[in-house]
Amino acid sequence: MTSRQESYHYRQQEQMEKIEARDVNFYYGDFHALKGISMDIPQNKVVAFIGPSGCGKSTFLRLFNRMNDLIPGARLEGSIKIDGQDIYAPGIHVDELRKNVGMVFQRPNPFPKSIFDNVAYGLRVNGIKDKKFIAQRVEESLKGAALWNEVKDKLTASAYALSGGQQQRLCIARAMAVAPSVLLMDEPASALDPISTAKVEELICELRSQVTIVIVTHNMQQASRVSDKTAFFYMGEMVEYDDTKVIFTNPHMEATQNYITGRFG
Amino acid sequence: MKKILEKAVKWILTASGFVTSVVILLIIGFLFTEGAGLFGEKVIEEGYVLALNRENPVREMDAAQIKAIFDEDVTNWSEVGGPDLRIETFRLEDMDEYFTEEQLGPDYGNAGPLIAGLVSSHPGMVAFVPESMIPDDAPLALIEDRSISPKEVFAGSEWFPTATPAPLFGMWPLLAGTLWVSLFAILFALPFGISIAVYMSEVASERVRGFLKPVIELLNGIPSVVYGFFGLIIIVPLLQQVFGLPVGESGLAGSIVLAIMALPTIVTVAEDAMRNCPRSLREASLALGATRWQTVAKVVIPSSMSGIASGVVLGIGRAVGETMAVLMVTGNAAVIPHSILEPLRTIPATIAAELGEAPAGGAHYQSLFLLGVILFFITFFINLCVEYISSRNRAKNS
Amino acid sequence: MLTPIFPQGYNARKRRSQMLMFDLFRMLSIFIVLILFAILGFIIYKGAGVLSWDFLSKAPADGMTSGGILPAIVGTLLLMLGSAVVAFPVGIMSGIYMNEYASKTGWAVKFIRLMTNNLSGVPSIVFGLFGMALFVKYLGFGDSILAGSLTLGLLSLPLVIRTTEEALKDIPDGIREGSLALGATKLQTIWKVVLPMGMPRIITGLILSLGRVSGETAPILFTCAAYFFPQLPTSIFDQCMALPYHLYVISTSGTDIEAQQPIAYGTALVLIIIVLIINLLAGMLRKYFEKRLKMK
Repeated sequence: MTSRQESYHYRQQEQMEKIEARDVNFYYGDFHALKGISMDIPQNKVVAFIGPSGCGKSTFLRLFNRMNDLIPGARLEGSIKIDGQDIYAPGIHVDELRKNVGMVFQRPNPFPKSIFDNVAYGLRVNGIKDKKFIAQRVEESLKGAALWNEVKDKLTASAYALSGGQQQRLCIARAMAVAPSVLLMDEPASALDPISTAKVEELICELRSQVTIVIVTHNMQQASRVSDKTAFFYMGEMVEYDDTKVIFTNPHMEATQNYITGRFG
Repeated sequence: MKKILEKAVKWILTASGFVTSVVILLIIGFLFTEGAGLFGEKVIEEGYVLALNRENPVREMDAAQIKAIFDEDVTNWSEVGGPDLRIETFRLEDMDEYFTEEQLGPDYGNAGPLIAGLVSSHPGMVAFVPESMIPDDAPLALIEDRSISPKEVFAGSEWFPTATPAPLFGMWPLLAGTLWVSLFAILFALPFGISIAVYMSEVASERVRGFLKPVIELLNGIPSVVYGFFGLIIIVPLLQQVFGLPVGESGLAGSIVLAIMALPTIVTVAEDAMRNCPRSLREASLALGATRWQTVAKVVIPSSMSGIASGVVLGIGRAVGETMAVLMVTGNAAVIPHSILEPLRTIPATIAAELGEAPAGGAHYQSLFLLGVILFFITFFINLCVEYISSRNRAKNS
Repeated sequence: MLTPIFPQGYNARKRRSQMLMFDLFRMLSIFIVLILFAILGFIIYKGAGVLSWDFLSKAPADGMTSGGILPAIVGTLLLMLGSAVVAFPVGIMSGIYMNEYASKTGWAVKFIRLMTNNLSGVPSIVFGLFGMALFVKYLGFGDSILAGSLTLGLLSLPLVIRTTEEALKDIPDGIREGSLALGATKLQTIWKVVLPMGMPRIITGLILSLGRVSGETAPILFTCAAYFFPQLPTSIFDQCMALPYHLYVISTSGTDIEAQQPIAYGTALVLIIIVLIINLLAGMLRKYFEKRLKMK
């Protein structure tokens, strides 16, 4: 335990931290969902959260764009900073925060609008009116999400006409259109078939040059394939957080070992 | 034994399942048979004839022309396609002006021949008399009576079912009145309804919503006569003062009362639709930096549009069919309204006001049933629209 | 690579517009609450002084310029009872058929639902016409409590069917399957398991439908309601007075407005009280049953 904390401390100083969470406790009413979690997430890396269902990994992820604000009776202790700024400080506006911290959800959730309007949505609600700019940015985002070639001739078609995998890439394009510096992904491939999953994973690897990505996943192979660092959550606690290679080859904690070898979960 | 019981119960339940369908069919059947009877009725009151001088070539007139003649709005035969001749009208009540009691004899026994003589000596005269009074061989011409035509009824612009000799059943003023009042009611109710629905489903806390919900339910539960009474005592005098009207009973008063009454329907259905908008869509919008209002306006409302539309259409249905409140505050003038500030009369109010006085089986009675048929089909059509909208919605969601 | 440059101050602007819109919605909602309170308050304020034991227990007198409204209260209660007798059994059975017997995707359910929805949209005055043609004239019941009850019963039928159906729909299939798996027949399952579980919500719906019946005027105009019938009805073939109709008559075709307006206020208040009691009762039952369900 001590040695791990030391090495952790040492690495923290060598690169810039994008997200810093300190002693985060989170409650749904009486239920203590997250217990004393501290974690630093480095810039432009992919960090994966793994752990069994109900372990708190999604809850923790949703704290980074304050999505849990919507839940009545929820309470947070501790602090979360992004770029050194406490995002729960008074005077922080959630809409500005969320513009900077994009999110992709478990199931593809395009709006019942055209493909173009889906991608343009974030730009428009944040006040951009220049049509030419919007069109260019939509094209760029769709290209960035490797979807452009498939949809360029039917931008005005409904987003619901796309396949599930295409819809999820559309949602990624939609999130990336406003150029966030952090992208949260909540089990983005859990509802997709293997081929679509592979495409999404490929995309994650390409996007890391532009954004810091935090991804929640049930799929350990996926975590090992796409992430630089991995955190293992269990029963509301963060059991272990280290380089992905370390977690999957030589974890320090027995619980992590048991989980990645499939002995529970 | 058990099996037979199971079977029997199943059949009874199946039968009761179809009760509503049977009732619909019965409603259509009964209303139709009574209402359609109107077109079998004659234009001129039953048992009466319109007698003319033989030299007068006019043989056909429609109900509106007959009424105009006897109201003395039309005074020359040339206006109804005859010669340039002044019109003189004769009704039974006018008998005293022409004949003495001795001339008429006991029990008006001589009246028939006397009237026949009178008409044949006045070239411009038209007499409205019982058929039985006129001797068969009298040298008179009769206006050819024919059945009431659908055109007179549906396109006619005058509703005067108690006029003699020829009642007028033009339904256009009533239809127009109904549509005017309902249209304005919805125009008033719509902004309120949508706003309250948005407020309840998107803005209000659970506690506030828990307070508003029963308020809306209670508004829905207040009987329409109470709304009518409230309108009569408060809204009508208020409108009279504010707009300086000769009478406060007006289409506007009806619209306001109807708007309040249609509100609960709109709010309930629209709120339901908005609450059913998937959470994932809201989250997607919020996660992009949209405010809650932007999310409501750009995502929630568009995606629950069909539910909102159902609510509005149902509200219209309620407004169109509402009887008592409208009857009490609209002033019930059967004229085509030129402004919403004038008294007007709707179809349901007409039925409610007149059926009590219309002799059963007569043309007036049948015309009211015909109005019922029209009303039934308007609301039937509205309901089909709602079904269509919501079935399309279901298809889209699945 | 384009970087979106978001306009300065737009965030403040969109927050402001949100505040503006939400405030507007809040104001309009408050306005509606005020309207309800205005209607209720006005009628309570004006009617409270009229309410007295005499008013509730005496028949109208002196050409309906004095006396009470007992026959109207009794008439309305009788009509509520009568319509319940007509609508409840048939409506509940129909709801059971829809949810338990008919195939969910078959034409029958679609057709019946369409017809039921249509029937619930039929204006009450059309029910009045229909009741007059069928019950009063064709079946020869005359203007009577019987004809009025039948008409009102048909009017409330769709509501009863829908609440039954919805109450039964929320009972999970697993419970039915559990009962069937124990060897119970379908009828036993419905009678012993499904209906008792659905009863709370069915009863709440029934009470609300009674509330609707109590205020209806148009359907009884030509089937039952008497302008003035001071003695209490003795048979179902008697006419009767009814509160809503009495209010209508008194407030529109009164002979002596000065003397009759207080009676109108009093009648309106009694009507409102009935509606309030029914709504409260339904609300309380709902809460009570919900609590009991939770405790289980």
